[in-house]
Amino acid sequence: MIEALIVIVKIVFALVWFLTLTLYLTWLERKESAVIQDRIGANRASIFGVRIIGLFQPFADAIKMIFKEDFTPTFSRKFLHTLAPFVSFFFVAITISAIPFGDFIRIGGRTIGLQILEMNVSLLFVLAMLSLGIYGIILSGWASNNRFTLIGGLRGAAQLISYEVALGFSLIGLIMVYPSLRLSAIVQEQGKLLFGFLPKWGIFLQPLGFIVFFFAALAETKRVPFDLPEGESEIIGFFTEYSGLKWGLFMMTDFMEIIVVSSLVTTLFFGGWQVPWLGSDGFHFPGGGQWLLPRWLAILFQVAAFNIKVFFFCWLQILIRWTYPRFRYDQLMDLGWKLLIPLSLVNILGTGIVMSI
Amino acid sequence: MIKELGYFLEIIRGSWITARHFLVNMVFHILKLFGIRTRRKGAVTIQYPEQKKELAYRHRSLHRLTTREGGKPRCVACMLCVTACPSECIYVEAAEDPDPEVQKYPAKFIIDLSRCCFCGFCVEACPEDAIRMDSGQIEFAEYSRQDLIYDLDKLIG
Repeated sequence: MIEALIVIVKIVFALVWFLTLTLYLTWLERKESAVIQDRIGANRASIFGVRIIGLFQPFADAIKMIFKEDFTPTFSRKFLHTLAPFVSFFFVAITISAIPFGDFIRIGGRTIGLQILEMNVSLLFVLAMLSLGIYGIILSGWASNNRFTLIGGLRGAAQLISYEVALGFSLIGLIMVYPSLRLSAIVQEQGKLLFGFLPKWGIFLQPLGFIVFFFAALAETKRVPFDLPEGESEIIGFFTEYSGLKWGLFMMTDFMEIIVVSSLVTTLFFGGWQVPWLGSDGFHFPGGGQWLLPRWLAILFQVAAFNIKVFFFCWLQILIRWTYPRFRYDQLMDLGWKLLIPLSLVNILGTGIVMSI
Repeated sequence: MIKELGYFLEIIRGSWITARHFLVNMVFHILKLFGIRTRRKGAVTIQYPEQKKELAYRHRSLHRLTTREGGKPRCVACMLCVTACPSECIYVEAAEDPDPEVQKYPAKFIIDLSRCCFCGFCVEACPEDAIRMDSGQIEFAEYSRQDLIYDLDKLIG
């Protein structure tokens, strides 16, 4: 009973964190693009005349989307058309259950991990759920019964499949170094030190793997340098026939994928919730200095570190989205099959050679 | 492969440019937040309804009819502006003035702003300097076309 309650509380916390961050990523996207382009960005949304640099903008957007007409074309396959956004939303939302937010805490003799699902295969679970997100795209493209959306959906499928391979291969080197598929175990392992001073983060052990993974993950989010399925400027994308809240779900899925990718990059390559040299009882600096902290403060530090890292990568992805033009379709395929996959294979080979020496 | 690596360096340089813009602008935004005035600003935006850009000296804004001493329009109803107008949006009806110095005055002077293209030919054509486009008013959008037909009172006022 208590176990179930704990899980429910964890789910509520994680979902609130996830959805709030998603909501405010839309705000961040507007503001960051504005600041990059020497503008100010959306700052007019207000409640009773109070506008704090446009922080109410996401709510205005949400209200707008709820009250828009939810239009289903007569020629579409109604059931699948309605199902598609929920499929794509669900499979992204569920990935957050495997991400560890922090070390375990002890309350009343129980140890509670700050992670919804403690699975032996959490890494595979996340990858599998991210891949299943393709079904939402293909379904929406197919069910709209419109040639352009079908083309968009198929392009999306082709792109995601070609990047899925590189995404998986780039992580094999990492799994070899930290011999585990549990995300929590991988993060635990990254708390150790390399040569006595360097934190044993994935970025220091697997720099090539990080680059390949990051590129493939960017392609996975279907945003601008890789936004072939959508192509908002000229190609007609897979959610053309959607409006209102269903379209909003696709939009949210995009932003949630950014967060998932950021959390994955953080967890796998940047130490997750680990702060350099912070153990469960305080800082132990390599020079011999110490700063002892109570355990709850250390955990707070760790959760804050996780959030800051995730936030940084969200920022970086939005920066990338507002910097680069789109790839051409053949360039995209070239990058996936001819560059990233060979690089990830080289990475596996190199890791194996170094480990066997 | 080597070529692609060259692109890769350029890609990183490109993101450095946008990141630099972001960081520099953020510094100025934060300085403004703390009330520190700097000559350079974080954004070039003009917050329109509250802040307004100064109009250029030669800007062609809403028409106005100049007046003589005594408040009567300077216009002598010579119809040159009506002839010059490419949009045919000016309508003038002349009437006789008792003053022998003036002889004619416009009984009606109507400009249909929904047709006006703000070319300024009427101003150039006017021999009496009776019509000018220097009122500095640029916000006169209306909900109906009827409200865009300006008569003598509105143009003088």
